[in-house]
Amino acid sequence: MLSAHGLSCVRGERRLFAQLDLAVDAGQWLHVRGENGAGKTSLLRLLAGLAQAVEGEVRWCGRPIQSAESEYRRHFLFFGHQGAVKEDLSALENLRFAAAMDGAALPETQALAALYRVGLRGREDLPIRVLSAGQKRRVMLARLATRKARLWILDEPFTALDTKAVDLLATLITEHLAGGGMAVLTSHQTMPIAGGLVVQL
Amino acid sequence: MSAILAVLQRDLMVVVRRKSEALTALFFFVIVSSLFPLGIGPEPGLLRKIAPGVLWVGALLATMLALQRMFAADHADGTLEQMAISPSPLVGLVIGKIAAHWLVSGLPLVLMAPVLGLQFDLDAGALGVLMLALLLGTPVLSLVGAIGAALTLGVRGGGVLLSLLVLPLFVPVLIFGAGAVESHIAGLGAGGHLSLLAALLALSVFFAPWAATAALRIALE
Repeated sequence: MLSAHGLSCVRGERRLFAQLDLAVDAGQWLHVRGENGAGKTSLLRLLAGLAQAVEGEVRWCGRPIQSAESEYRRHFLFFGHQGAVKEDLSALENLRFAAAMDGAALPETQALAALYRVGLRGREDLPIRVLSAGQKRRVMLARLATRKARLWILDEPFTALDTKAVDLLATLITEHLAGGGMAVLTSHQTMPIAGGLVVQL
Repeated sequence: MSAILAVLQRDLMVVVRRKSEALTALFFFVIVSSLFPLGIGPEPGLLRKIAPGVLWVGALLATMLALQRMFAADHADGTLEQMAISPSPLVGLVIGKIAAHWLVSGLPLVLMAPVLGLQFDLDAGALGVLMLALLLGTPVLSLVGAIGAALTLGVRGGGVLLSLLVLPLFVPVLIFGAGAVESHIAGLGAGGHLSLLAALLALSVFFAPWAATAALRIALE
């Protein structure tokens, strides 16, 4: 499904990686590993189409992602270091606006159910700025649970999460994979998810 | 379409939660245009003559105040990145953001202008033309300003650069906007100037969102 062929990435004068090949198929997940500054985030941004590779290309179902952009975007979800939430809005509003901006309205009951599942019961109406860093990341988990995407591209998803939330995210990813989904993650921790292909940068 | 409305609604809600940002531009406009009659003194003929120019320059600078934040806040919290990879076309989301910017920093100026115009001894007809000219002109400021805001996104000291980029492009709006009121006062009729403003608006509605979107994609890379 998702594959990359001969990817090279240059930041400034430094070549971060060259001639990188990878492939992820339904039900598989990919663990991107490497030291700080090795180019993990850069690789993920290339896969998400947020940056252009100097060489090589990323393909979705065998077609370059640039040629089927809107089709590809419907099928993946990308989370970077930033929370991608508005500090002045509540968790519930953030979740529903994010869904509406993707062109898929999210009913309030479903949004609330997702927030309850990630442990934000009673905090769904508080502005995000009063939540802790970990709780902010939990809003991201709720978005994973509500947005129907086949491919999850997650940059350091376990940062700032407590052990319960780490377990929850691992469960979410396992369920997602069992349903034929795919995931690409970066993380320095040993992953609490079975299987997985490894890309070492 | 629903995505455009969602962005618009979200941006307006953020403004409602944080009112100071929206009010700053409006108060700036009120204070700057009130300083002129106070400084120049109560001479109706002179005030009537400078009124169109002063009010338009005030509106122009007030729009500039909020311009830099149009995309900067979304860029900082990562929501802009999410918009760029959203299944909805980015240009639609940009249109929503521009519309929100105009509703927050352009429309209040249009509504406030007649009250401020009274200080310059403008008659009812001139006030009407002033409002109409602002109604046509301020969306152009938001649209063209969006290109500048997108181009200077993430640039250190972007505020000054933004002014240098955008203010020259605002010149035609200033000339025709102030000209409309002046020619009405002179008894020549404001039709020509207003038509040109409307033409500028039509032109920028078609091109500015695309240009801003292209600039955003470059800034995000």
